[in-house]
Amino acid sequence: MALPKRIIKETERLMNEPVPGISAIPHEENLRYFDVEIHGPSQSPYQDGIFKLELFLPDDYPMTPPKIRFLTKIFHPNVDKLGRICLDVLKNNWSPALQIRTILLSIQALLGAPNPDDPLAPDVAKTWKEDEQAAIATATEWTKKYATPTNQTDQ
Amino acid sequence: MDSEDDFMSAVSSEDDILPDDSDNDDMSGAEDFDFDDEPDPDLGMEKSISHKRVAYDISFKVYQPGDIQKQQDDLINEVNMILDISKEEAAILLRYFRWNKERLIEDYMDRSRQVLEAAGLAQTTVGPPKLEVIPGFVCDICCEEGDGLQSFSIKCGHRYCVDCYRHYLSQKIKEEGEAARIQCPSDGCNLIIDARSLDLLVTPTLRDRYHQLLNRTYVEDKETLKWCPAPDCQNAIECGVKKKDLDKVVPTVSCLCSHRFCFGCILNDHQPAPCDLVKRWLKKCADDSETANWISANTKECPKCNSTIEKNGGCNHMTCRKCKHEFCWMCMGLWSEHGTSWYSCNRFEERSGTEARDAQAKSRVSLERYLHYYNRYANHDQSARLDRDIYHKTERKMVQLQKESGMSWIEVQYLNSASQALQTCRQTLMWTYAFAFYLARNNQTEIFEDNQKDLEMAVEALSEMFEKPVTDLADPQLKVEIMDKTTYCNKRRIILLDDTAQNLADGRWTFNVELSGVLGGNNGGPSNKR
Repeated sequence: MALPKRIIKETERLMNEPVPGISAIPHEENLRYFDVEIHGPSQSPYQDGIFKLELFLPDDYPMTPPKIRFLTKIFHPNVDKLGRICLDVLKNNWSPALQIRTILLSIQALLGAPNPDDPLAPDVAKTWKEDEQAAIATATEWTKKYATPTNQTDQ
Repeated sequence: MDSEDDFMSAVSSEDDILPDDSDNDDMSGAEDFDFDDEPDPDLGMEKSISHKRVAYDISFKVYQPGDIQKQQDDLINEVNMILDISKEEAAILLRYFRWNKERLIEDYMDRSRQVLEAAGLAQTTVGPPKLEVIPGFVCDICCEEGDGLQSFSIKCGHRYCVDCYRHYLSQKIKEEGEAARIQCPSDGCNLIIDARSLDLLVTPTLRDRYHQLLNRTYVEDKETLKWCPAPDCQNAIECGVKKKDLDKVVPTVSCLCSHRFCFGCILNDHQPAPCDLVKRWLKKCADDSETANWISANTKECPKCNSTIEKNGGCNHMTCRKCKHEFCWMCMGLWSEHGTSWYSCNRFEERSGTEARDAQAKSRVSLERYLHYYNRYANHDQSARLDRDIYHKTERKMVQLQKESGMSWIEVQYLNSASQALQTCRQTLMWTYAFAFYLARNNQTEIFEDNQKDLEMAVEALSEMFEKPVTDLADPQLKVEIMDKTTYCNKRRIILLDDTAQNLADGRWTFNVELSGVLGGNNGGPSNKR
């Protein structure tokens, strides 16, 4: 199946004008599969961390949202143990006018603003609500442990 | 104002045309008399029963797909005339207000801007929707461009190529089952795509599906309407019984497809038990809690290590396999205290066994009580199923009877009525047992149980007659007996239901559980979320 023009254009733009703090590189053998890296936003417990994600564009894309999940372990109320992400634009608020870059930006924003009231990982969200200090400490620790370039192999 | 008056008169005239279940004494009276003149005693009996309005009877109307469409069209036309907006916009507004026309008009008059915005409509008016070719246009979704690329947008002006629009709509309709609130594909644009634009874009199959989904939302949005749950039935039923009244009334309705169900909870007819009790009963029957009950009634626990023990035979001298504790199965006391007098076990007052025995006895009584009602409930359920099998044989039986005894078609119809009476009465009896399980004992209960007994005896007698071989059925004596019994069963059922419904409405029953009028917690509130 030929790659739709939309995907080609989006990929070109991602390569030529990358979003600061975000990179998305398609696999050579499957141009619908992207390796993604997102830098943790500053002034957040994820600061200085580089988080790896995988992104896949299903056949129906852009009518259906891309499938995306964290590969790097992360302590975040809206990301579960398997790295799945709870984000409205990835579900029912998806619009075909949205793009890979806009979605990745939304995920970066989610790192900067965790939403424990709408949790995917209930235990994480609980810590977040009951003892925010401790939660932030754990998130920082995990970022150091799993998302810092020198220790990447640990994940 | 003119238009409104017009509509009002239109409504009332429509009411007159539709068949009304109340009795018209004027025109059709002559016909009624003809009927009553007929010598058949059964018909006469049924007539006199239905003339008197019984307590369990509730009023309802059945609507067929055409009626449902017409109701929507009428409302849309009316709003279209009063508010001077297009029919498509009127439809979207009505759906937003869950078809509450009065509230729509009031709110629109007060603040039309906000109402339009909230409902997903634009302020501006432009011509009818059309496909356009715009030079230099690039579709944001597929990134295609080129001369002659057809594009489309609704009033918000977010323009996409026609292929993407079609693809988008088919995704929404086919995959997501969305219809009433399909928004512009643009991110964050809340404008709703109207039916006319949709008709322009999609294939006829998809359009049919879209309208089907819209019809579905109409019935689901209105509290007074419900779909008939029978397989393949497309009718909807209108009934005024509110959710909060369900502790006072059991709203059984029957569709044109002959399916009888409860308007409150959509389950099969469960008179006389109110919805809440039915829900509890079904849950109880499905629960594993009865397993636990069985265990506590049929087993005992080792007084020392609490292992569960079922006595499978032998004498009362028990030795726990786990802890080797020795005790008496009868009194649960220490075996060593028994000495040689173990068989008579006269140690009833002994403190060591009293408590264990009390707990055991209590749970046994409650289990027995449950099983008493459950067995009878399940028995009627099963018998009704068996009677249903017989019902299928009845037709053959009737044909055979016509051949063998030379009776005419009309003369063997009594078997059909008998079979139907059996079905409905068994259904009722079944639920009387679930109902009785939750009843606290008082004088009302005695009357109820007498009624129940009368009906049950009659039903069993009829069931027995009904199973007789065809040769016996030809006997005119038996025919009369069956007809009498059928009438009697129907009458007893009505008396029972009337009595229970009356008491329910007056709040005279005492239940051994708290009866809640509101069921299930998540009752769809007035505001539409999606």
